Amino acid sequence: MSDQPITRARSPFSEAFEMFRRNHAAMAGLVVLVAIVATAILGPIIYPGDPFSMVWAPFTPPGQDGYLLGTDYLGRDLLSLLVHGAKVSLTVGLAAAFVTVTIGITVGALAGFYRGIVEEALMRLTEFFQVLPTLLFSMVIVALFGASLPMITFAIGVVSWPAVARITRAEFLRIRELEYVTAARAGGVRNVGLIFRVILPNALPPIVVQAALMVGSAILFEAGLSFLGLTDPNVASWGQIIGSNREYILDASYTVTVPGVAIFITVLAISLVGDGLNDALNPKLRQR
Amino acid sequence: MAVVSMIAQRIGYAVALLIAVLILNFVMINLAPGDVVDTIAADSGGADAELMAEIRAEYGLDQPVIVQLGRYIAKVAQFDLGYSYFYNRPVVDLILERLPATLLLVFSAQFFALIVGVLLGVFAAKRPNGLVSHVVTLFALFGYAAPVFWTGILLLIAFSLKIPLFPVAGMRDVTVEGGFLPQALSVLHHLVLPMFTLGTIFIALYSRLCRASMLEVLGSDYVRTARAKGLSPREVTMKHALKNALPPVITLAGLQFSAVISGAVLVETVFSWPGLGQLALTSILARDAPTILGILFFSALVVIVGNLLTDLALRFIDPRVKAGG
Repeated sequence: MSDQPITRARSPFSEAFEMFRRNHAAMAGLVVLVAIVATAILGPIIYPGDPFSMVWAPFTPPGQDGYLLGTDYLGRDLLSLLVHGAKVSLTVGLAAAFVTVTIGITVGALAGFYRGIVEEALMRLTEFFQVLPTLLFSMVIVALFGASLPMITFAIGVVSWPAVARITRAEFLRIRELEYVTAARAGGVRNVGLIFRVILPNALPPIVVQAALMVGSAILFEAGLSFLGLTDPNVASWGQIIGSNREYILDASYTVTVPGVAIFITVLAISLVGDGLNDALNPKLRQR
Repeated sequence: MAVVSMIAQRIGYAVALLIAVLILNFVMINLAPGDVVDTIAADSGGADAELMAEIRAEYGLDQPVIVQLGRYIAKVAQFDLGYSYFYNRPVVDLILERLPATLLLVFSAQFFALIVGVLLGVFAAKRPNGLVSHVVTLFALFGYAAPVFWTGILLLIAFSLKIPLFPVAGMRDVTVEGGFLPQALSVLHHLVLPMFTLGTIFIALYSRLCRASMLEVLGSDYVRTARAKGLSPREVTMKHALKNALPPVITLAGLQFSAVISGAVLVETVFSWPGLGQLALTSILARDAPTILGILFFSALVVIVGNLLTDLALRFIDPRVKAGG
């Protein structure tokens, strides 16, 4: 390499970043997402107090008596609930996506790298998990083992990984046959090194995109579970607000629609960022 | 012949998958804190240790785990999913009572999403940068990002409360009298909003894939040939292009059955649709383990049957699958 003339090459990262920056929708999504994350982190500081405390008459409509988003059926400040709930929803989303990606990469990488009986067994396992309706499966886990936030996170992660496993396996199957892998193997790199240092970094782009989308799916998932009441009732999250106010849509529809808008905007922003990452990281799809 | 052997093979695989579901059920119920006897004891306000040991022996809970597993699978093979202590009824009866409502919702939402999705995809592919294409893109974003229960609540507020076009809850109107037709119409009337809500997510998915698939097929040689021999654009689209663009969409739809059932749980809750999802929720809140696990088993069964039907549908549509045997 060293004796070849060095042309002005840009690192793949700066190239990808350039692609991403020129994508208006993705940039808009990113800006919105940063704002939401900032709200989640700073919100409880700027807007302190227990969101579960009853502060005013129940069902005060938005904007009235100084409550920007109104109050819910117990007279709790909806804005405070929403701001405090942001942290929980985002944290569960991120943590569940992390669990999903960890399991998915492990299964997919082992299947794609070792082939043979390992692949057969792991792909059967993946198919098995795809047969179980994810929401029902996680409801069962939460019901049997308790509705704490860590258990909910685990339940979401453990049912969502097949998609990541399939993508990882496909990438491993493709990359393991490439010359630089053969070269690395000939150079004495052991299997563990091949998997983690040679193949995985090159397989990452589509996995990163999937991981980003997984955060969105996990937020929706957590919202769905808490809408059904399968959540820690002592912790505010967006889905939990909707779930606890579900009976009162006739009296005060805003208690349900407003938190839904928060979820919608967040997941939309994540999916725009995910699409942007996809265009930026997967060069083959760029002419799409 | 090929079809028969394929079906036989698939059924064998399906049985293996179902046994795996049972093993998973069994493992989960054994890992979970407390057992059936604790539940019975708790429900009846406490029992002494001797009585509990007696009940455990009666249910075979003092046997080795592997024997219990064998018994469990043998019981399910005889269509016995256990007994619900919450409803005081056999689990199979409970499930079979609710299954039709869920099947109606799941399959109608799938058909609705497929038809609308394919139509949108075909029109979008005709003009890749036209209005319909943008609608498809927007719809895809909305379908992914909107929580399905929220969409349902919005539709409920809009079309049941503000504009009272559709009923708020339930599956049929108890005041409707008469024969099959008025009853069926009443059910359909109740079905519209839940079906539409559940279908939205999948319309987004199918229309996007159908558009991409159509665009690929429209650029192929045989479509150019079909155009060159003077067929009308309509004939080219419907006969030559769509037929070849459809298989990937159907395949995707087949893979979505488990997602549709997951969505149905939420939609059933929003619209009080009396299906398996409702049953799952009430039995989960009541910690009624046999019913919960029975529902998980049955939903896996529905997914497997759905996948099988998809494979059969593909054989009818895709000539290559047939030729491949």
